[in-house]
Amino acid sequence: MSRWIHRYSAGERSNHWAVAISFVLAALSGIALFHPAFFFLSHLFGGGTWDRILHPYIGVFLALVFILLALRFWRRNVIRPRDREWMRHMGDELHNRDERMPETGKYNGGQKVLFWTVVMLIPILLLTGIVIWRPWFAPAFPLVVLRIAVLIHAVVAWLMILAIIVHVYAALWVKGSVRAMTRGTVSPAWAKHHHRAWYRELTGK
Amino acid sequence: MALQSLDIKARSATTTPSPHVRIEGAIPVAKLIDISKCIGCKACQVACMEWNDLRDEVGTNVGVYDNPRDLTDQSWTVMRFSEVEVEQGRLEWLIRKDGCMHCADPGCLKACPSPGAIVQYSNGIVDFHEENCIGCGYCITGCPFNIPRISKKDNKAYKCTLCSDRVGVGLEPACVKTCPTGAIVFGSKIDMIHHAEGRIADLKERGYSNAGLYDPQGVGGTHVMYVLQHGDKPELYANLPKDPSISPLVSLWKGITKPLMNFGIGLAVFAGFFHFVTVGPKLVPDEEADADDPPPPADPSRAYDPARPLSTRSDHE
Repeated sequence: MSRWIHRYSAGERSNHWAVAISFVLAALSGIALFHPAFFFLSHLFGGGTWDRILHPYIGVFLALVFILLALRFWRRNVIRPRDREWMRHMGDELHNRDERMPETGKYNGGQKVLFWTVVMLIPILLLTGIVIWRPWFAPAFPLVVLRIAVLIHAVVAWLMILAIIVHVYAALWVKGSVRAMTRGTVSPAWAKHHHRAWYRELTGK
Repeated sequence: MALQSLDIKARSATTTPSPHVRIEGAIPVAKLIDISKCIGCKACQVACMEWNDLRDEVGTNVGVYDNPRDLTDQSWTVMRFSEVEVEQGRLEWLIRKDGCMHCADPGCLKACPSPGAIVQYSNGIVDFHEENCIGCGYCITGCPFNIPRISKKDNKAYKCTLCSDRVGVGLEPACVKTCPTGAIVFGSKIDMIHHAEGRIADLKERGYSNAGLYDPQGVGGTHVMYVLQHGDKPELYANLPKDPSISPLVSLWKGITKPLMNFGIGLAVFAGFFHFVTVGPKLVPDEEADADDPPPPADPSRAYDPARPLSTRSDHE
């Protein structure tokens, strides 16, 4: 099949998966410390102490690769009027009434909102995480700062996990999407149906 | 090390009941520190080091009697010396033995994410089990008295055990045994409150009209209590908090957010699953796909022909 449409370069895909894998590891090692029901997940990392040691390093790696990803993708994610229009049709989108959806570029309104959500959340996680990082940085902060940081870290991590659940589900739900991040290509029909303006931009049709 | 003779009232990061089969449990104990009797000799610091086999680094003199200057992983109790002008022209030297208060509602235990790293015995002692400690420092975040300290050697948290190993076999804590003035006494919490009442009455007779017992109810009461000459102003004693409680930030973090967030994550996953099985996947409509990819030649035997009766179509193969 030579008619696949190119959507992501090998570099973009690798960057995305570096973020994805480090996010999953950060989430699993973090949630292990969040609730006793998930403490068993710490054994994936070699036990509670290893979990505590590794989690912040995974987090810093995640932040670094995410910054690269954000630099690659932010221009395409600037929110435009048609994205606001798309957001107003969220109900139609969710009920697969695609014929009522406005045209979208490379990313639709939902994808852009997710992008900017994560852009906001990652730096908060990084900063609050550094504050509570033992043994390196936490001793330098007053107790009240630690308490605020640890609470924000937990709440923001939760929002982040919810955002990624939505992201993963959307990829599985919209058939033909996963291929964009595994092979880098999508079918012309997929592009035309879901991202009409982008398709036109690429093909002139 | 769990002591068999002491049932467990609470255990960190544990959602099922801890061993507490004995009907009465142990009698709640308390250490009472009578600040009006303390002469600041630091024998208790020495006894603590000796019994627990701890040796802090030798520090430097910074011009005050406090030595070491603060609690450490090696110094589980320190004397804090406050020179206070309680009223115009009346200087008092208030010496407070600082260390874990063994709260009935322990913030450290509430904050700890590691199962069994912190336990509260039915006698009220809150003990750290360092072999389960992962070194995250959440106990420090949770403690209203700023007591736990993490060792630079092993990254585990340490603090006063109230000599749980001694108490478990019927002995008093080492600091109590050694105190030369009887400023530190140990017994059941009820007895200690009675004892304190006598001391407070005595102090009141001697002009300390605000003398009182420090057993802060904000943390459910404590199993280390103070007799204070100035019970109305605990802050005079090296900033002993007047009404300590677990910070609302910690309660929020370790309270309602945990079940709510778990529920939220579970809900998101279920919502996705049920969305998929009800609304279904988002597909590219056939006609659009056909426009780009011509379909394979139709199988005439499976095509719908209104002329043919339904029963003759090969639906069942």
